[in-house]
Amino acid sequence: MSVEIQIPVALARYTGNQESLKLSGASVEEAIRNLTSQFPSLKNHLLDKKGEIRPFVNIYVNDQDIRHGKQMKTALKSGDVVTIVPSIAGGNK
Amino acid sequence: MIMADSVDLTQKEIQRYSRHLIMPEVGLEGQKKLKAAKILCIGAGGLGSPLTMYLAAAGVGTLGIVEFDVVDFSNLQRQILHDSDRVGTPKLKSAMDRLKSINPEVKLTGYETRLTSENALDIFKNYDMIIDGTDNFPTRYLVNDACVLLKKPNVYGSIFRFEGQASVFDAEKGPCYRCLYPEPPPPGLVPSCAEGGVLGILPGIIGTIQATEAIKIIIGKGETLVGRLLLFNALKMQFREMKLHKDDHCPICGKHPTITKLIDYEAFCGLTRGETSQVEEKKMDASVEITATELQELWKKNPKLKVVDVRNPEEYEICRIEGTTFIPLSEIGSRLGELNKNDQIVLHCHHGMRSMRALEILKNAGFQNLKSLSGGIDAWSVEIDPSVPRY
Repeated sequence: MSVEIQIPVALARYTGNQESLKLSGASVEEAIRNLTSQFPSLKNHLLDKKGEIRPFVNIYVNDQDIRHGKQMKTALKSGDVVTIVPSIAGGNK
Repeated sequence: MIMADSVDLTQKEIQRYSRHLIMPEVGLEGQKKLKAAKILCIGAGGLGSPLTMYLAAAGVGTLGIVEFDVVDFSNLQRQILHDSDRVGTPKLKSAMDRLKSINPEVKLTGYETRLTSENALDIFKNYDMIIDGTDNFPTRYLVNDACVLLKKPNVYGSIFRFEGQASVFDAEKGPCYRCLYPEPPPPGLVPSCAEGGVLGILPGIIGTIQATEAIKIIIGKGETLVGRLLLFNALKMQFREMKLHKDDHCPICGKHPTITKLIDYEAFCGLTRGETSQVEEKKMDASVEITATELQELWKKNPKLKVVDVRNPEEYEICRIEGTTFIPLSEIGSRLGELNKNDQIVLHCHHGMRSMRALEILKNAGFQNLKSLSGGIDAWSVEIDPSVPRY
């Protein structure tokens, strides 16, 4: 099950500046686990100690926010695009 | 709903707005609605520049601007409201002068103040919608909450480096900012534009999208970004769209709201869930900071002093303090072996924030003799060595 994970520029420094990665995973949980085992320093930015998505990070499967679905248990099929979108605040200075 | 019949256009205005008037989507009715509209823009910086200029040019009748900062040299790369000769002068005056010359028909109201929980509702109540062009999380949550409480649309835009986000939050019709991001990141976890940089044209694109949405809401045409998050990547030149959902459990716009008045947003953004102890620890550690002058004296007394620069490589290219060791903050955790626990170590960055984070990492790894340069290399340039360029 190969899916694409898109990393935002704000977090790309934890993935060796890679903004798009191909990974395997039958669920978001599995794909994120595979991602963070490759890039351990990314984990703290995505998940809290209980393994839940932090409240200032959204994960979308294609165009759907998994927080409003089955969360980390959301199933993935081959070709799905998982996009990580963190809260950013810039705009004035 | 903004009504067109409360205003008329003068002959001069008909001439000025002719390209709007002859298109069916705006027409005379739409242009009158624009004239009757009152829009408040928070910030006259990166996003505020293009959006206020276009809204003024488009003939929005009343434009309010909240801005208390002064123009800095480093603003000019993207904040096109402000000319080079305005550096050092108040941004609000600079913005109002520019907007007045773009369109003298527009009524401009300036608020030279920081937006706070005390003044927000009072300022917002006079406007039909609010456009969020701020640069920090406390103000973004404040703008959201005040808009939800007053039932006003919040036209949102946010930028970082070469990526941007835009949406329209209108709790009467869809989700609010809290439905999208229930809580802000703890301080320091997400870099700011001042820290991470921003492509100068990016606020031009996102701010112009915000202005477009504002005009569509006023004239009541098209499909707004309510319920959609637009993501833009300038390097890929790609727009993507995510679906947003109203959160029934949202503390302010959900079914059982627990926030019914404005709160302390500095506290909300500093002391989020599970991060309390870390923040308190940081506060206590203010004593580990030293000034540039103290660092110079310490270095003279102890030539073996290890001064570690934790900025990014791009910043190291711009300038450096001679004799320092360079280890970027993002690498320091994995390069601890290059430092000796017996050495006296002073950490520095650009302004003194990241070096405090580096200090925490080293402290947790068992280092004890640590200091952080207050004000960073910028303070070193001002106090000690003016040949180090400031950026």
